[in-house]
Amino acid sequence: MIKLTVNGEERQFAGDDEMPLLWYLRDELALTGTKYSCGKGLCGSCTVHLNGEAVRSCVVTVAAAAGGEVTTIEGLGSDELHPLQIAWAKHDVPQCGYCQPGQIMQAASLLAENPNPSDEDIKSSMEGVICRCGTYLRIEKAIKSVAGGAA
Amino acid sequence: MKRHDYPQPGPPAALTRTVGGTTPVPAPFDHTRAVSRRDFLKAGGVLVVGVSLFGCSQESNDAPAASAPAEAPSPADPWSPDVYVSIDADGTVRIVSHRCEMGQGIKASLPAVVADEMEADWERVVVEQATGDPRFGNQGTGGSESVINFYQRMREAGATVRTLLEQAAAAQWGVAASEVRADKHRILHEASGQALDFSELVADAAQLPVPQPDQLVLKSPEQFRYIGKELKIPDLEDIISGAAKYGADIRLPGMKYAAVARPPVVFGKVKSFDAAAALAVPGVEQVLELPAAAPPAMYKALGGVAVVASNSWAALKARDLLEIEWDDGANADYDSDAYKAQLLESVRNPGQPYRDHGDFDAAAAAAAQTLDAEYYAPHLGHMMMEPPAACASVTAEGCEIWAPTQDPQSLIPMAAEVTGLPPEKVRVNMTLTGSAFGRKFKGDYVDEAIRLSHMTGAPVMVQWSREDEVRHGYYHAVSAQKLSAALDAGGKVTAWRHRAAYPSIMATFDPSIGAPSKMEMGQGVVNLPYAIENVRVESCDAPVKVRIGWLRSVCTIFQSFAINAFTDEIARARGLDPVQNLLELLGEDRTLDFSELEWTPAEGHPFETGRLRGVIELAAERGGWGRELPAGHGLGIAAQYSFNSYAASVVEVAVAEDGSWSVPRVDVALDVGQIVNLDRARAQMEGASVFGLSLARYGSITAAAGRIQQGNFNDSRLVLYGLHPEVGVHIVGGHGKPSGIGEPGVPPFAPALVNAIFAATGKRIRELPIGNRIA
Repeated sequence: MIKLTVNGEERQFAGDDEMPLLWYLRDELALTGTKYSCGKGLCGSCTVHLNGEAVRSCVVTVAAAAGGEVTTIEGLGSDELHPLQIAWAKHDVPQCGYCQPGQIMQAASLLAENPNPSDEDIKSSMEGVICRCGTYLRIEKAIKSVAGGAA
Repeated sequence: MKRHDYPQPGPPAALTRTVGGTTPVPAPFDHTRAVSRRDFLKAGGVLVVGVSLFGCSQESNDAPAASAPAEAPSPADPWSPDVYVSIDADGTVRIVSHRCEMGQGIKASLPAVVADEMEADWERVVVEQATGDPRFGNQGTGGSESVINFYQRMREAGATVRTLLEQAAAAQWGVAASEVRADKHRILHEASGQALDFSELVADAAQLPVPQPDQLVLKSPEQFRYIGKELKIPDLEDIISGAAKYGADIRLPGMKYAAVARPPVVFGKVKSFDAAAALAVPGVEQVLELPAAAPPAMYKALGGVAVVASNSWAALKARDLLEIEWDDGANADYDSDAYKAQLLESVRNPGQPYRDHGDFDAAAAAAAQTLDAEYYAPHLGHMMMEPPAACASVTAEGCEIWAPTQDPQSLIPMAAEVTGLPPEKVRVNMTLTGSAFGRKFKGDYVDEAIRLSHMTGAPVMVQWSREDEVRHGYYHAVSAQKLSAALDAGGKVTAWRHRAAYPSIMATFDPSIGAPSKMEMGQGVVNLPYAIENVRVESCDAPVKVRIGWLRSVCTIFQSFAINAFTDEIARARGLDPVQNLLELLGEDRTLDFSELEWTPAEGHPFETGRLRGVIELAAERGGWGRELPAGHGLGIAAQYSFNSYAASVVEVAVAEDGSWSVPRVDVALDVGQIVNLDRARAQMEGASVFGLSLARYGSITAAAGRIQQGNFNDSRLVLYGLHPEVGVHIVGGHGKPSGIGEPGVPPFAPALVNAIFAATGKRIRELPIGNRIA
């Protein structure tokens, strides 16, 4: 029996402990905001926070998350929108929107660790999350609008 | 609204969206002030005030109302004078978005046209996603044609409702209808200062006969309230909070998850399989063989062996444990290296002429100088972030489908054929698509879900892995092209010949087709706008060995690449500035007529070279053509008419000593007539430049022994954050009949890039992809 906390709620899982966290969140908990896209940790669409750090949930097993605290896009900002979500809306970042939960979770982790990132810091953090629609320019603007206490 | 009369397995979550609270023009938004999640989820489909950015999702499984009810609506029924519009008793306006939303923003654009024309308050509008239903007309979303085909219809829908509301108000006041006017959800009688809200007029308006389109008075453009402004997309709130529902996000009671092992070679068959290891995976319930497909490919499932399980992980893991012996069939000889040589050989020989104006051979023989160049571009994959996924629930009473689909109506006969149910018992719910780019027109993945639900009796979600998506695509065609030009002693271009060889999309529907079709070569080649006396266009043989589909911008991608790159080569040969050369080749402003070549633009959208000139001039101006550049930088330009729209891009490239390169800036000029949503037009041009950069830098799908050699983002790469250029978007005109924005930004990018690389380095790139370094 694996115990973990997801968006503040304690959960128990007795299934295949090799199951990636992604599928546990989506299929067992119906938290479908975390998206599948590559399954190999290559694209970042499935990014969630595990103990505050951005991880690719498609390559982290439920067993590896045992005892941990998981935050998904549904739990980001708890009762209030995270400033990044507001910036995302203000800058009309999404096109199809599919990768955006992963983008926001990655950016939230970056700013939590480094509230005033340089361009290079943003690049090294965000280049792991692919957007096929090509919304990078607006992602950049949205992050910079929140970074450095600009919010 | 009427529900279908068979049991619903459960409501699809959030297939309708409330627009309440979105701002039609960007209002200053104080983002230091937190918006409570609970507050915005509480806000309903009525006027939303305060700082709330959004309304909320209204879960509904209802089909949009179809036609005017014969009697006045009861307070619970909406009044629906048009298939696309209904009004609740409280005045909430419901507008149906019947096309596929895939990131282009159509779910805001067409409803905003309705809302504008009827003077609805956008904050009291609910946008409802249509099901697949012929009542809505064509729903096959592609070719950048949603706005072209439905702009007028949406205006008429809005004007119909407005006219009825005006008539109802005038009758109440006992004044002539000409004395009243609609203004933001109210009808005003200025002479008496009276005003009535739409909600106060619904019951009376519902009694009136619906006017004919020729009785409607449409707004003049200066009266537009939303059209041409910046509108937020209805799903914005759901997207950023993780609530948006895509194909794989539907959850139904008793739903199973499935993964399919498909033939590695198109039209291969299962010879035998051993499912023991797969069945041993916890959660796996069944292993089922699906029937093999035979040509034509159409939108049919490829067949193979499916694993049905209690969760996606078990299905995907067990699928990879299946031991299958395949009969590869006739396409096992497909080899990209050999095929490339075959295509190049094909364009070195004459093909079937699709255009033959003047006498190319005579002009070439008399020329002072001739130029020849061969261009090659490989297959491309769609690589949308959401791989195909679909859910179907088949019972004795009906078939219900939830799918990210660009062509929902095609799924109705598909499901009827598989299940034996009558078409009216098939319901197709359109989820959001996690982009589509043409791939999700083809419902092979939905076919799998229908079949598996039919076989198991349970709702089944089919999930494709990334590798499935890359290896079982409908690929953008690999192409070889040979372009030739003749110049006279004065440097004037007297003749142009364009030969193209690529596997045809048409072969997906008719396998006997073995050369580019007129439809495909009509994307830039047959309708070449240059004022050249002798023009010959030839379609050269290219057999088809994989499923060929359409990718955003279709054949214009490689055809514009070759045409614009060759145009730049001509400029250099003439010693002319590329912009000057381009404008000179374009010639006098004129309307082009290629009807004798079986090429026509959309009705009411003539191909005008002056509009192409306009975007060239604006891109050059805003892109700073001729400006001083740092060492290693270069500027290139390309212009392309496509999908009834006009676009030109100026690309700045920066090439380092070691050949590594980047694109710091792109300036795109766009003429699509009247812009509907200015923000999405800009977004599409920004995205198209990144899309174009990905395909020029990395795009390549190859086959060996009939098997696709790539599988995931490591070997089929896309541009990452940090490589994205700054994009300036510049709009020409902005009035007149509107055309689409989804595709026209892509074609000019790659040729402008290679032209920029030539300007920076003197190296001529005629083959894509370029890769990370310029050799």
